[in-house]
Amino acid sequence: MDTRKDEKLLVSKIENGTVIDHINSGRALVVLKILNIKGNEGYRIAIVMNVPSTTMGKKDIVKLEDYYPNSEDLEKISLISPNATINIIKDYEVIKKYKVEIPNKIKGTLKCNNPTCITRKSNEPITSSFTLLSKDKIKLQCDYCGSILTEDDVIKELIGESQ
Amino acid sequence: MINMGWYNKDVVNILDFSREDIELLFSKADEMRAQLKDKSVKKTLSNKIIGIAFFEPSTRTRMSFETAAKRLGADTVGFTGEEGTSVAKGETFADTIKMIDSYVDAIVLRHKFEGAALFASGIAQNPVINGGDGKSHHPTQAMLDLYTTKTLFGEIDGLTFALIGDLKYSRTVSSLIYGLSMFKPKEIILISPQQLKLREEIKLFAVDHGLKIREEENIEAISEADIIYVTRIQKERFPDLQEYEKVKGSYKINKKILETHAKKTAKVLHPLPRVDELSPDVDNTNYQAYFLQASLGVPLRMALLSLVLGGD
Ligand SMILES: Nc1ncnc2c1ncn2[C@@H]1O[C@H](COP(=O)(O)OP(=O)(O)O)[C@@H](O)[C@H]1O
Ligand SMILES: [Mg+2]
Ligand SMILES: [Zn+2]
Repeated sequence: MDTRKDEKLLVSKIENGTVIDHINSGRALVVLKILNIKGNEGYRIAIVMNVPSTTMGKKDIVKLEDYYPNSEDLEKISLISPNATINIIKDYEVIKKYKVEIPNKIKGTLKCNNPTCITRKSNEPITSSFTLLSKDKIKLQCDYCGSILTEDDVIKELIGESQ
Repeated sequence: MINMGWYNKDVVNILDFSREDIELLFSKADEMRAQLKDKSVKKTLSNKIIGIAFFEPSTRTRMSFETAAKRLGADTVGFTGEEGTSVAKGETFADTIKMIDSYVDAIVLRHKFEGAALFASGIAQNPVINGGDGKSHHPTQAMLDLYTTKTLFGEIDGLTFALIGDLKYSRTVSSLIYGLSMFKPKEIILISPQQLKLREEIKLFAVDHGLKIREEENIEAISEADIIYVTRIQKERFPDLQEYEKVKGSYKINKKILETHAKKTAKVLHPLPRVDELSPDVDNTNYQAYFLQASLGVPLRMALLSLVLGGD
C-alpha cells in the first residue's frame, strides 16, 4: 500500500497555518493539550493518528489552520515528540520546515516532581531548571534537588495530571 | 597563602571540588588537629563574622562549625529553627539570605528543602556553606567521613564501604557516595530495607562514575567491609508516617553482630545522632570510631573555613 497516497486521502489541505508532522504515535492529543487548543476556538484542525511512517513506524500529524506555535510550545512538544517536524504553510505550500529541538537546559517550563524541592517553595523568586540526561527515552534532572523526571512524568505534567 | 580551589568558593556540593582540593583540605585539617593538640591555633580569622543560618535543627554540625570559627578567632551570629525569626512571619527564604549576606562574611546554611543551598549561593555575594539541604547534600559531613576514614586507614582507595540503614532519605549517604566517586573504593555495599533503598538518581550517578555498588538487605553483608557506615532512620523525612512505622527499628548494629560478621579491623562510623540503630555496647569496642569521627568535625571545619575565608 502506498502510504503517502493514504495520507493524502485522510487529510484535507490547509491554506495557511502549521503542520506538525512526525509526532510520536498516539500523542497528537497531548500536542493539542500543550497548545491549549480545545477545539472550540474556531480554527480548522485536522488530526491524524497512528498512520504509517517510513522513519517512525507509526506517527501522528496535527494540522492547524491560521495557527503558529510559539517557542515555548515547541520546547514542550520536543519533550514528548523529539522527532516532530514543523511545517509552515502559506498558500497551500510548505514555505518553511524545521525540526523541534530538545534544549539541554529546560527552564521554567516544567515543575519539579519533588514537593520539598526549593523550586516548589511558594513565593520564592526561583525558576525551575532541568538538565537533559537522555534524549531517546526522555530523562531530565532537576538542577536544584537532583530528582529525575521521566517521559511519563513529563507527559503527565504537560497534560495537567500531576498535582 | 590563598588556594584558588577553595578561596571564596561556595560549598554546596562535594562534587564542586576535585580530589586534589579534598586532599588539600585533609592535610590542612591534620595541621589544625596538631595545633589544637598543642594549643597553638592561630587566630587567623579574627576579623571575620560567620552567619549560622540553621532553618532546621542541628547540634553537631552547628556546634562544630561554631567551635571551628571561634577557635580561629572568628565571631558567629545566627539562629536555629525558624521560630523567632522573620521567616516565621512569612519572609521569603531569598530575602532572609540577602539580609544575612549583607551582615556577615560567610553563611553556613541548613534547610529542609532540597536545593536551598544552591539557591542561596546564587543570591549571596559571600560564600555559602551547605550544612545540609533536605535529603540532597551534606558536603562537610562527607568530607568529615572521608577524612575520618583517611585518618583511620591512611587511605581511602581500595577500601570496602558498607552503608547501612536509611539510604533513601539520607543526605550524608548521598554526599558520601558523591565524595567516594573521586576516590577508588573497592566496593560500596548498600544495606537497607527494601523501602529505604538508595534513590535511583544516585545509583545512576554511582554506576556512571565507575563505582562498584551492590545492594543487600541482610546485615551479614557487612562481612567484607572496612568501613561500616550506619545511619539513622530519619522520621522527619518520611512523607508518610505509616511508612516510617514499617521500617523503624528494622536493623540494629550491636557488638554481637559485629563480632559474628565483621572483619576484626572494620571500623563503625555514624554521622550521629543515633537512636536505636547502633547499640551503646559497641562504644567500648575496637570497632567504634564514631566518637573520633565527631571530634574530627572541628579540625576539619576549621580547615574548611580557613581555606574558604583565606585565613592563614
Ligand atoms: N497545504 C497543506 N495542507 C495540509 N497539509 C500539508 C500541506 N502541505 C503539506 N502538508 C503536510 O505537511 C507535511 C510535510 O509536507 P512535505 O514537506 O510535502 O512532506 P515530507 O515532509 O513528507 O517530505 C506532510 O505531512 C504533508 O502531508
Ligand atoms: Mg513524510
Ligand atoms: Zn527539584
